[in-house]
Amino acid sequence: MPDTTLLLLADGRFPAGGHAHSGGLEAAVTAGRVRDLDGLAGFLRGRLATAGLVSAAFAAAACRGDDLGRLEAELDARTPSPALRKASRAQGRALLRTGRALWTLSTVERELHHPVALGVVAAAAGLTPAEAALTAAYGTVTGPASAAVRLLGLDPYATHALVARLAADCDSVAARATTMDDLPACSAPLLDIGAEAHATWEVRLFAS
Amino acid sequence: MKATARITAVAEAGRTRLVTLRSEPPLLVRRTGHRGPAAGPLARGSAAGAGEVEVHLVGGAAGPLGGDRLRVEVTVGPGARLCVRTVAASLALPGPRRAERAGTHSTLDVHATVAAGGSLRWLPEPLIAARGCDHVSSSLVDLESDASLTWREEVVCGRHGEDPGDASLHSTVRLAGRTLMRQELAVGPRAAGWAGAAVLGGGRATGTLLVVDPQWTEKPPEAAVLGPGAALMPLAGGPAALASAVGGDLREVRAALDRAFTQATLA
Repeated sequence: MPDTTLLLLADGRFPAGGHAHSGGLEAAVTAGRVRDLDGLAGFLRGRLATAGLVSAAFAAAACRGDDLGRLEAELDARTPSPALRKASRAQGRALLRTGRALWTLSTVERELHHPVALGVVAAAAGLTPAEAALTAAYGTVTGPASAAVRLLGLDPYATHALVARLAADCDSVAARATTMDDLPACSAPLLDIGAEAHATWEVRLFAS
Repeated sequence: MKATARITAVAEAGRTRLVTLRSEPPLLVRRTGHRGPAAGPLARGSAAGAGEVEVHLVGGAAGPLGGDRLRVEVTVGPGARLCVRTVAASLALPGPRRAERAGTHSTLDVHATVAAGGSLRWLPEPLIAARGCDHVSSSLVDLESDASLTWREEVVCGRHGEDPGDASLHSTVRLAGRTLMRQELAVGPRAAGWAGAAVLGGGRATGTLLVVDPQWTEKPPEAAVLGPGAALMPLAGGPAALASAVGGDLREVRAALDRAFTQATLA
């Protein structure tokens, strides 16, 4: 198993633009729904159980070689928010660009939803669907967690302790994502609604 | 209890006729109204279509209770127009043998098909997830191209001052065989983070209203923010928009969905 390659792809320093997105946390903070570490914990748990599971399942399916057009259409159907569709494709585009500079991708597509792009890049890097799922699940937690330090001025140690406490949940979400018969569609209404509000702001710290 | 209700509407000589109206306790179906051809502010779509017929599902018993297996099958034929409502909220409650959890959850399966030129408005009252319930609602809607749909789903987390049990609502809407929308909302103790700021953020009620309108093929409604907990969102896969709302109570959610409907259909 290429362990170092997994770490490389999951690393927040992987140059695919992930740091520009807060995973909906900026909208939640501005709406007053997340104010402190407890609020962040609830946000991360809910995001992992919904968007995290969906992303992990789609990343695993794309890594396994499922039809990309079908995955794109199914993920569109699970993403009612146009702002989230746009953010997902922007992140997917950045990831494909980076992936192409490192490995040989199986597709010539320039723009895919982020979880689908992640599966494609993971496969090109020699990773398994389970590893693609784990990378996706982990990313749904670490993105907003690092944004929280900037948005709320939270203690980075406490924030990382929270991520560490979610490690087992992340593992189990990734494991479920790899073994499900059907692609999941777990909804998070406030992520959709928040993303639409966020897209209307003129000044913001994060792209989504 | 295991029960299936069946409703089939067809268009005949400019009118919508109910050719099947099958009730089985506790799912009782009653015809409650008939509009003239495409009348009224909410009777939208093809003005040439038949008048709309309205039916109500009347709860013949409390529930759904753990163990119940309920099914509703709705068929709308070419050009027919049907509206289905319920007379009251459904109250999901634990079953009589709560100690034996396995197999004691309740289910409501709805399968609807709408043929070309047909219209279905599914406007039930909300599901209230009472403490200790374990309920799964699954809806599958198959639309032929050129069919219209208005589909509302609302859930209230617990009765007044009560924590909810487990409830999940799965909905899949396919248009001409392709998935247009798929959602799975889970609330309750087994749904990680459901009360957190990514999902309901402490809101006790949530709902969605999906409108599919063939007249939007050229130009779907624009995305709109409708207050702090509601948005109207054009879907990617067809002439459709989904309004989604989260609020402190059902009244707030219903008002937001109504506002979204007006905004979408007046555009």
